[in-house]
Amino acid sequence: MKFVVAVKQVPDTAEVRIDHEKGTLIRDGVPSILNPFDTYALEEALRWRDSLGGTVTVITMGPPQAEAVLTEAISMGADEGILLTDRAFAGSDTRATSQAIAEAVRKVGAVDVVFCGKQAIDGDTAQTGPGVAASLDWPQVTFVGRVREMTEEHVICERYVENGVQVLDTRLPAVLTILKDANTPRVPSLRGKMKARTFKPVLWSAADLGLSPEETGLSGSPTRVVTTATPEARHGGEIHRGTPEELAVIMADLLLGKEARS
Amino acid sequence: MTGRLEIIREKCVGCGACLRSCPVDALSIVEKKAVVSDACNLCGMCIKSCPVDAIVLHHVTGGGAGLEGYSGIMVAVELRDGRPDRSTLELLGEARRLSGGARRVTALLICAEPGDIPSELTRYGADRVLAAVHPGLEHYLTEPFTAVLAAAIRADKPEIVLAAATTQGRDLMPRVAKTLETGLTADCTELRIDPDTNQLMQTRPAFGGNIMATIVCDRTRPQMSTVRPGVMKRLEPDDSRRVLVERLPVDDGMVAGRSTLLEFIPSVGNEIDLTESEVIVSGGRGMKGPENYGMLHELAELLGGSVGASRAAVDSGWIPYPRQVGQTGKTVQPRKYIAVGISGAVQHRVGMQSSDEIFAVNRDPDAPVFTFANHGFVGDLFEVIPALINEIKRRRG
Ligand SMILES: Cc1cc2nc3c(=O)[nH]c(=O)nc-3n(C[C@H](O)[C@H](O)[C@H](O)COP(=O)(O)OP(=O)(O)OC[C@H]3O[C@@H](n4cnc5c(N)ncnc54)[C@H](O)[C@@H]3O)c2cc1C
Ligand SMILES: Nc1ncnc2c1ncn2[C@@H]1O[C@H](COP(=O)(O)O)[C@@H](O)[C@H]1O
Repeated sequence: MKFVVAVKQVPDTAEVRIDHEKGTLIRDGVPSILNPFDTYALEEALRWRDSLGGTVTVITMGPPQAEAVLTEAISMGADEGILLTDRAFAGSDTRATSQAIAEAVRKVGAVDVVFCGKQAIDGDTAQTGPGVAASLDWPQVTFVGRVREMTEEHVICERYVENGVQVLDTRLPAVLTILKDANTPRVPSLRGKMKARTFKPVLWSAADLGLSPEETGLSGSPTRVVTTATPEARHGGEIHRGTPEELAVIMADLLLGKEARS
Repeated sequence: MTGRLEIIREKCVGCGACLRSCPVDALSIVEKKAVVSDACNLCGMCIKSCPVDAIVLHHVTGGGAGLEGYSGIMVAVELRDGRPDRSTLELLGEARRLSGGARRVTALLICAEPGDIPSELTRYGADRVLAAVHPGLEHYLTEPFTAVLAAAIRADKPEIVLAAATTQGRDLMPRVAKTLETGLTADCTELRIDPDTNQLMQTRPAFGGNIMATIVCDRTRPQMSTVRPGVMKRLEPDDSRRVLVERLPVDDGMVAGRSTLLEFIPSVGNEIDLTESEVIVSGGRGMKGPENYGMLHELAELLGGSVGASRAAVDSGWIPYPRQVGQTGKTVQPRKYIAVGISGAVQHRVGMQSSDEIFAVNRDPDAPVFTFANHGFVGDLFEVIPALINEIKRRRG
């Protein structure tokens, strides 16, 4: 079977510092990483390939240096990597991004399942997976905590929702977005690392995907960020010391608020 | 918006004020003149910052399908156990506030059997209930609900469509937005209508809560947002409001889809989901073992909240992953967050720093958590937490 995983290169949000005056991020020196949620999507694809046979193709859209996340995926065992890169993609929102990924999936051809991460840790939108599914007019299963069963015709997924688990039987081809619960990602193998060393991604531009300038980048993005601001910086408040009983009294006052003190 | 930012080279003095104002680092100074790169998102912040008026924004209008003819606010109702979810009532309250009485608030009810739900939606703020009723709409399924919401939007032409940022809303809305080729902003925590442009200003945290971005959808309609549960205020129910129900026709083709629900396994216990809790008591590696979480559950129950954890505790197998808070866990925003035996590593912090009030219990006075907790308590958690439980019980008699 043919599996595609959409992976994204993101700044490590834990390392991001903020310029409180400008209300912007300081990205200098912030390492770029493979979106942590995408490692679960990749692992899930690799597992099903290992058990059902077939290939795993990783696709990313980003600047030339986003190649690094494809290389990382290859070292974990992916078979092929495609980098969608073009100045025309700059400024894409989730609509434009999902369309470009969907076109790439069409171009790969005969794909059975597209795996996405639950969300990217930079934008935190979780919109790309459903957008890809809508563009392809394929069914989607989001927030998948476990893939129970898969054949060439269908997949049975556990979808984790607020108050329980939906067990869904879905016809293929389909798009799945995978939660951390699904698996534990493998570490790169020696063979994978060797392969990654000589890996060169396939490069596709907007024109290769048959996308017009109106459909890509800023022009193809209905949403636009107008301002950014930083939430008020948190400062440590009062630090209390004392016997456990003394601390308990102060805490109870603060926690219970108006509730009577007796 | 499409358009182009022009730097008038004759006027530019190369002072660099625009560089500092640019949120996306799209400007640089080359040979003493500002130049703009592809990263520019046409936000216009630099225009205000330029002391010599050397920057202009050229709008290219047209292309965007008619903004005219769209009016009112539509709220996509979410049912849980057959009743409107709390988040839906919050959205109705927010829709009323946004409308300022000038826009009609429509609740779109997608269900198999409306019963008395329309009157409940009306009490909480709907001016009108649009009911899509079909036996095939008993449970949430992506494709039928997408077909119905898209049909409702095409028929009704609302200016704004809101849904909760739940697993349902975050599945449904992006699919509908892509189907209609309009914009969607995820997980908003603040909404406002700009009185000059009539645009919906959608504010949301990004980059792990490090930054708040305000987003507009200015060329297409409707403007769509999912809204974080627990942030907006529901209204006091008003029994005097007149119930107005209209039907949205649903045909069998709309409810056909390629997914079927085999079964639904409800969560054990009736503890509320972390992201919906007003109080969270979280335990970290300092808890030492799974057997000690009992006291956190007891405290959480006394405070009407739920129990969370750091990744260290989850990785040790003391508590299941759905309870993990942080960069690779859940992002939470309760009124009160109590970190017990958690050091406050940045990956944990990004998942909880938007909480209204943070409490920390840690025996190490130098733990990083004390640098951002509102209330720090230096002590042994095995003494402090039992003492706190006793104190709360004593006060309540
Ligand atoms: C890519 C990546 C993603 C990550 N994602 C997350 C995430 O989503 N969520 C997350 O939480 N972490 C995450 N982490 C891990 C994070 O970096 C920290 O390792 C983790 O948060 C530490 O958990 P902790 O505070 O419970 O443990 P520790 O750092 O070991 O802290 C335990 C604390 O308990 C205190 N303590 C011990 N005994 C007692 C006692 N008897 N009484 C009082 N205090 C006591 C200690 O003083 C100490 O401060 C991530 C890391 C990486 C690299
Ligand atoms: N630029 C991109 N390239 C490839 N995959 C992406 C890209 N952006 C998002 N994705 C995929 O979509 C998921 C959700 O991302 P987001 O909608 O940005 O939160 C990610 O986990 C990836 O699987």
